Amino acid sequence: MSRAVLPLACVIAVGLAAAAAGTIHGVAAMVTIAIPYAAFATLLLGLSWRVVRWSLAPVPFRIPTVCGQQKSLYWIKSSKLESPSTTLGVIGRMALEILTFRSLFRNVHSRLEPGPRLIYREAKWLWLAAMAFHWSLLIILLRHLRLFVEPVPAIAVVLDRLDGFFQIGVPIVYVTDVVIVVALLYLLQRRFREPQLRYISLATDYFALFLLLAIALTGIVMRYLVRTDVVAVKQFAIGLAIFRPAVPQNVGAWFYAHLALVSTLAAYLPFSKLVHMGGVFLSPTRNLANNNRMKRHINPWNYPVKVHTYEEWEDEFREKIEAAGLPVERR
Amino acid sequence: MANPSPQDLVQIEYQPAARDWMDAAVEFRKGTFCYSALPKNLNYLGLPNAREWQPFDVDWKLPPNWKQIILDGMKDRLGKYRSFRLFMDICVRCGACADKCHFYIGSGDPKNMPVLRAELIRSVYRRYFTAAGRLLGPLAGARDLTEDVIKEWFYYFYQCTECRRCSVYCPYGIDTAEITMIGRELLNLIGCNINWVLEPAANCFRTGNHLGIQPHGFKDSVDFAVDELEELTGVRVDASINRKGAEVLLVVPSADYFGTPHYYTFLGYLALLHEIGLDYTFSAYASEGGNFGLFNSHEMIKRLNAKIYAEAKRLGVKWILGGECGHMWRVLHQYMDTMNGPADFLEEPVSPVTGTHFTHARSTKMIHICEFTADLIHEGKLRLDPSRNDRWNVTFHDSCNPARAMGLIEEPRYILRNVVRQFHEMPENTIREQTFCCGSGSGLGTDENFEMRMRGGLPRANAVRYVHDKYGVNLLTCICAIDKATLPPLLEYWVPGVEVAGIHELVGNALILRGEKQRTTDLRGEPLAAATEQEVAHA
Repeated sequence: MSRAVLPLACVIAVGLAAAAAGTIHGVAAMVTIAIPYAAFATLLLGLSWRVVRWSLAPVPFRIPTVCGQQKSLYWIKSSKLESPSTTLGVIGRMALEILTFRSLFRNVHSRLEPGPRLIYREAKWLWLAAMAFHWSLLIILLRHLRLFVEPVPAIAVVLDRLDGFFQIGVPIVYVTDVVIVVALLYLLQRRFREPQLRYISLATDYFALFLLLAIALTGIVMRYLVRTDVVAVKQFAIGLAIFRPAVPQNVGAWFYAHLALVSTLAAYLPFSKLVHMGGVFLSPTRNLANNNRMKRHINPWNYPVKVHTYEEWEDEFREKIEAAGLPVERR
Repeated sequence: MANPSPQDLVQIEYQPAARDWMDAAVEFRKGTFCYSALPKNLNYLGLPNAREWQPFDVDWKLPPNWKQIILDGMKDRLGKYRSFRLFMDICVRCGACADKCHFYIGSGDPKNMPVLRAELIRSVYRRYFTAAGRLLGPLAGARDLTEDVIKEWFYYFYQCTECRRCSVYCPYGIDTAEITMIGRELLNLIGCNINWVLEPAANCFRTGNHLGIQPHGFKDSVDFAVDELEELTGVRVDASINRKGAEVLLVVPSADYFGTPHYYTFLGYLALLHEIGLDYTFSAYASEGGNFGLFNSHEMIKRLNAKIYAEAKRLGVKWILGGECGHMWRVLHQYMDTMNGPADFLEEPVSPVTGTHFTHARSTKMIHICEFTADLIHEGKLRLDPSRNDRWNVTFHDSCNPARAMGLIEEPRYILRNVVRQFHEMPENTIREQTFCCGSGSGLGTDENFEMRMRGGLPRANAVRYVHDKYGVNLLTCICAIDKATLPPLLEYWVPGVEVAGIHELVGNALILRGEKQRTTDLRGEPLAAATEQEVAHA
């Protein structure tokens, strides 16, 4: 639990510092222009650097974790997605993994009862919260396009309508705004509540959650509680996007905090566990086909090793081999 | 010291202790770890830092520059294995893997949660290989590499059976087996290995098999089995060794011809291959399918595995048939072709009996005997009398590697359904790709490690107990040599009254051989169920 205090303090400090700094003439440019550019440059370069580093490391062996029947005899139905033997199957498996978190969906909890008796029960909440969070985040990011592009791209318009489908409140409440907060709170509380999870959680785990939560909350405040001048924000955002940045006027402290927190996230991402968003595509236990015996996999650094050759073996055991009446190469 | 009773063992505390996990200190309590490798085995294999030591010693006699060796070794492997580098970076500690590990379920030790097992090495990776870890230390989950950390690695990387169950549930496919394999490789660089891995490896390197059986001993074993099979069935089979020009090389785990109950499976192979007239030979040089190199280092896998293709080439066979073994098949399926191939001197395996082309093995040219037998049964080439197995009420344990490395799931079940009449599956969460390890794999099946083996085997045994209580199951079948060696004591401990057998033992029982005598016993020499009933009727 104590591991959560410092991360929380950091997140609050970033938000407060930005809110305060944004109002100081001269520092505002730093908060609204220099830092966001630096942060996004860090994100792009950092993430690319990570992906390149992973890619540069070879995959010496084909080691898929097989989760279904192999393709062998024609009359045995093979599992094309859980044990893919073709590239198409692998694409399908990866799509399931990335879009629906297939593996997490398998989750079950085990419990030891008197007897002893081990009970396994369905445990889908983590999967649900993870799906809810990630999909909401994606939709929210895409929705933000309407601030950066003029005219507003179709996808942002459509998502905007879908997201506000229930037409509750003024302004209309986005479903994703509610969902992402609930999901993050769920993910956070399980790190506090479940003893095992509390035990393994690092400060960085809490930091990521607090940061995301703070970003979501500052955004929500701006939309629903403290109305922010959207026109001014859009002007500023487009300025950033076309590299003609100008310090925004009358956007308010919440906006500075929101922007600073997003910048923090962007800069932090490549150096944190959040790189999993790129890494999952490269995971050799998932993105390789189970066609090991059909097609030879090449290890680029395969090197000769010291072996005990047949000739050495025969020389060592010659008398015994001959006494046993087994054939030999050399008499 | 007496072993703890099941009642005591099952008092498991799942609440993690207050102590922070970054505190590396480990207590080497008897029954929960394996003894160190003997210097002679390290010397024979040319491995570094051979010396007399034990894990419970205070001074492990590490080389003076051990720290540099480990860090250099990590750097080298980060560059060579994408799996290692990626798995060091992308874990989010979601905890989905936590209660998927049989050692965690059986011990409650938080460091047996796969996520923490990996963090043991990840924390060192962060400290020495990432900017955040160098700057922020423990805040970023980084810690110094100390001798205590080495001892902790040793304890927990030899408390993982590389079964890959956690990897099934991980949203990123992080495979603890990869982490453990690399962890053991690193430990190996400074001479921290266990004897139960290195002695079989050294034996295998020298004689051709884990047990160190020399050529004449191998010949004796096979001859003995041939005699025994004749006694049991009245049929004399021919089993040649090192015969050039045979069509097929048969490679089986050495326990098959030296261990019980493996041996009955071996008799089953002999009966089956004789009945269909397969032109095959054993090799005394490649007299081991298993590969304890898998539990030592990638290099050792290759060194031990090289014999199989070399011998197939020397003998001039067309393709290779492999027996029932778990980790052996991980190596044969996922490593052999890459390491020691291409096997361009062999041909795509074709069953001479059914004409079936095993196209799925067209590159590696080696098939599993369950694939071979399933095909024979499906094509109607075997006469089977499943009633001869009526004394058995059977369930099937998917061995980790055939299930999660190969996907060999339906073949053994298909065979079973044709050779027995009473078959019941264990609960869904404990079979197929979700199968639980026997708790003694990856070289941990030693007597001194007894308590930890019983803990690790609890989930498997508990599922057996479920079908034992519910359906009266009295036989656990499996296709793994380590299973056959370690499940009997496990079941005796947790669920007495259930025995262990290989698939081909039951095939051998059910198989009607041409020219066989009236079969009154099974391959174990015990009365057939039907015969028992008749005797009862007579009495």
